[in-house]
Amino acid sequence: MREIRYREAVREAIREEMEADERVFLMGEEVGHYQGAYKVSEGLLSQFGEKRVIDTPIAEAGFAGIGIGAAMTGLRPIIEFMTWNFSFVAFDQIISNAAKIRQMSGGTFDVPIVFRGPNGAAKQVASQHSHSVDPFYTNIPGIFVVMPATPRDAKGLLKTAIRCQDPVIFLEGETLYNVKGEVPELDEEELIPFGKGRIGREGKDCTIVAFGRPYYEAMQAAEKLAADGIECEIVDPRTLRPLDIELLVESVKKTHRCVVVHEHWPYGGPGAEIVDQIQREAFDWLDAPIHRVGSLDVPMPYASNLENFVLPTVERISDAVRRVSYAK
Amino acid sequence: MALSPDDPTLGLFQVLREDLSEPLPEGEDPRSHPENDPELSEDTLRAMFRHMLRVRLLDERMMMRQRQGRIGFFGAITGQEATPIATAFCLEEKDWVFPALRENAIMLVRGFPLTQWLAQVYGNSLDVLKGRQMPSHMSGRSVNQVSWSSCLGPQLPQAVGAAMAAKYKKTGAVTIGFIGDGATSEPDFHCAMNFAGVSNAPCVMICQNNHWAISVPSKKQTRSATFAVKAHAYGIPGVRVDGNDILALRAVIGEAVDRARKGEGPTFIEAVTYRIGAHSSSDDPTVYRSDEEVELWRRKDPIQRFERYMRFKGLLSDDERAQLEKELVEEILAAIENVESAAPPARETLFEDVFEERPWHLAEQQDELLEHDPAPSAH
Repeated sequence: MREIRYREAVREAIREEMEADERVFLMGEEVGHYQGAYKVSEGLLSQFGEKRVIDTPIAEAGFAGIGIGAAMTGLRPIIEFMTWNFSFVAFDQIISNAAKIRQMSGGTFDVPIVFRGPNGAAKQVASQHSHSVDPFYTNIPGIFVVMPATPRDAKGLLKTAIRCQDPVIFLEGETLYNVKGEVPELDEEELIPFGKGRIGREGKDCTIVAFGRPYYEAMQAAEKLAADGIECEIVDPRTLRPLDIELLVESVKKTHRCVVVHEHWPYGGPGAEIVDQIQREAFDWLDAPIHRVGSLDVPMPYASNLENFVLPTVERISDAVRRVSYAK
Repeated sequence: MALSPDDPTLGLFQVLREDLSEPLPEGEDPRSHPENDPELSEDTLRAMFRHMLRVRLLDERMMMRQRQGRIGFFGAITGQEATPIATAFCLEEKDWVFPALRENAIMLVRGFPLTQWLAQVYGNSLDVLKGRQMPSHMSGRSVNQVSWSSCLGPQLPQAVGAAMAAKYKKTGAVTIGFIGDGATSEPDFHCAMNFAGVSNAPCVMICQNNHWAISVPSKKQTRSATFAVKAHAYGIPGVRVDGNDILALRAVIGEAVDRARKGEGPTFIEAVTYRIGAHSSSDDPTVYRSDEEVELWRRKDPIQRFERYMRFKGLLSDDERAQLEKELVEEILAAIENVESAAPPARETLFEDVFEERPWHLAEQQDELLEHDPAPSAH
């Protein structure tokens, strides 16, 4: 299988869906002439023109609303937030409108729209620019939340998102865009369904649930722990809403131990939701309490050394696995 | 930029004489500006009058029902009937409406059945929205009208988005977006006006300036001379029109719709009107505004002003007026009776329409809920 970067995988998904469906268009800040703040949309303007790759004024609330109106009346917008941090000014459009319109209208209107962009910390962009927004959006019925870690998942899930009849929150990552990974050939179309997780690494001793950027820290921790004889199974749910609880529970029933790793803050969020669901479904199989590793409960600092302490590190993940394994 | 005093954003476009307090001598023209009269057909004039009166009578009866505790909330449009009714008469079937609080009557003019409209007030099993949405937040897929947003403003960028979509798909449809004077202070107003200008989308944005955002007067919303004048900042045409003058509204909105349809871009219209009643059933306006002010505006009542014109044209006699009111009241009462007797929405419907397909966890929640006996319907 060929290897491409995450950024290219996202771009391929957008390009293929725009080629296949005239109703699909891309809109956001700097997506056209600048080719995207992170070069995700490189080449799309020259291929599709200004009608379908739209550079907007700087107004997230504005173009979120524009997209919702267009989606309600028959188009399929892809709205790029330069980063998800900037989606907060569009919160009302997403939560009170996109997520509710199908339900409020008794199913007579729908909003087939994808909101996408990089989520979480980059490097040294400080507190207002490093939010993991997944806890905010996963709380809301009526929207899907997708958080792919690998290029293959990013492509296959984004294609599904663009074809979805409901609003989708698609969370990429600034530090993921350069990640390389295997992706099927261009002529082998792959659509990855929502609600289906993936085993990233098989193991018998402890399940690590990880999604988004910390998936890679979890993989590294698993390698280190393997050297000490602890074989971890890494399960990536890939979509947080809907959640593939069956796969997570199946893994925990095999390993009897579980650590949940996430980039968001520790209070609530999908990390806590996953723990809650696993303890209910697999209580009798657990040999230890489930532990979580997330960002420290502080706004993100700018200084590089401090930032590294805040994010879930390989060391903290390894420690948590040892704790639930009662190992030193 | 110095604006000339006769700039359309500073003046007040009118057809009909404004003040009703002086009785008009027999045969005297009730128009102050006959040159602005859109010269509508007799059938259209009769239909417009019928719809204005219908919504006035309907509002009176719905406010009574709210006071009797039969419905939870209601926002009447008394005194503001002219703008929604005039708008409806400017539209083609394919056009879209993104309303604010006081434009639901447009649906009725465009053929939405009165019983279904009322069912949205009662939120019962006859309601196509399945009891999900507040009264006065009606929507109708069949008449291309969406619900407005309880957080003020979001419908306006959505309206511009729908207009951009119409341009994209070359449907020739025009979108009308509404906002009140209060919500022009929201960021969404700025975003919508800005995008409308930049995209040159086929939309008409109408601000119903009814002078009061609940208890806050329009002077506290803006220091601009008028609301219409804001259009200049966005590079789009603006017009200030008498919002209690249905003929003036029909002329101004009609022209804006035609311009949009021809690809000549958006227009911003300020319709100057007055909320005669309370903001909603939850409000008592006597604590913040004077009886004198309300009385001043009662003398500019849009239905009576239009009625004088209808009589002048020989299109309405005392007998016809009485007969029309009788017919409308009978229709409204029959519809209310029909809707009030419907059952509340079924419990199972709670789990529908959250997503296109019902996810497993909602199926599970439904099973759990249905294990219990139905709860009493009261809160």
